[in-house]
Amino acid sequence: MHELAITQQIVQIAEEHARQHQAEKITDLYLVIGELSSVIDESVQFYWDIVAKDTLCEGAELHFQRLPAELRCLDCGSRYQLDRGELTACPQCDSARIEVIQGKEFQLQSIDID
Amino acid sequence: MVKNISIIEDIQEANDTVARTNRQRLDQSTTLGINLMASPGAGKTTLIENTLQVLAEKYQVAVIDGDIATSIDADRAEKAGAFAVQINTGGACHIDANMLRQALDVVDLGQIDLVLVENVGNLICPASFQLGTHKNVLIASIPEGDDKPYKYPPMYRDLDALVINKMDLLPYVDFDLDYFRKGVEILSPGLVSFPLSCQTGEGLDPWLKWLEKTLTEEGI
Repeated sequence: MHELAITQQIVQIAEEHARQHQAEKITDLYLVIGELSSVIDESVQFYWDIVAKDTLCEGAELHFQRLPAELRCLDCGSRYQLDRGELTACPQCDSARIEVIQGKEFQLQSIDID
Repeated sequence: MVKNISIIEDIQEANDTVARTNRQRLDQSTTLGINLMASPGAGKTTLIENTLQVLAEKYQVAVIDGDIATSIDADRAEKAGAFAVQINTGGACHIDANMLRQALDVVDLGQIDLVLVENVGNLICPASFQLGTHKNVLIASIPEGDDKPYKYPPMYRDLDALVINKMDLLPYVDFDLDYFRKGVEILSPGLVSFPLSCQTGEGLDPWLKWLEKTLTEEGI
């Protein structure tokens, strides 16, 4: 459900930047979504056409770059990724003291304007 | 001609900006803000009632309740001695920083020591919206099952305290406390937790002491 609010936010940020560059139209948006950010790109896409209508984003294409989660064990220092999205302790030493290095991102990286 | 503009902006930035303003308002009036999150039925409102029973004698407490509909929870908090504000989220699955900002507008923060925000019962969306409160607290409960940290990791990540409610039901439910705690440890290392029962009152004291200590730390 909260993808609707998020999609509106994407339009707002993109329009703000496009206006600063006197753009008439936004043609493409490049988004980065981390595996841990709990944002579903299909849902954003689903709301996109409705939310973008009558804005500079109307008809623009969304491009998603998904970033896999990367974790680091605070005890043995080994780095690992999630296995099929499943939360696990450190595969090397079974420690539960884990730090997230990458995967929480949810950013608008850039836009193409015309 | 098509031109690419670099932006690199967090999409939640608008929410986070309002959250920072909320925090400033709370800090300016030396009010402690606590965001209470949980699944529906975990016992958020009951924990608030039990907490008010003790703390409302010493502190001025406001409770801000988020629900899709009704004012059932705010009515209960008011009856228990708090100044209560009900936010009806109109279908939204979480409270966002802007909803809290509007609720804070009707609270006389100068007179309030503690704001308890009772988020919408949901283990997913509230995790994505920082409110500007000082502490994020999750209320888990035994009947929900021991796999919840594994199934809802964002909710269990970066918490400041964890309440484990309905401990009195542990003998009747297949709940492996060690398995549960390991999941919690991966997501929020060293997290302080309060196993308790709102039904029997057992274990409430450490939770209340933590709240009082946190109030003191905020200079209240």
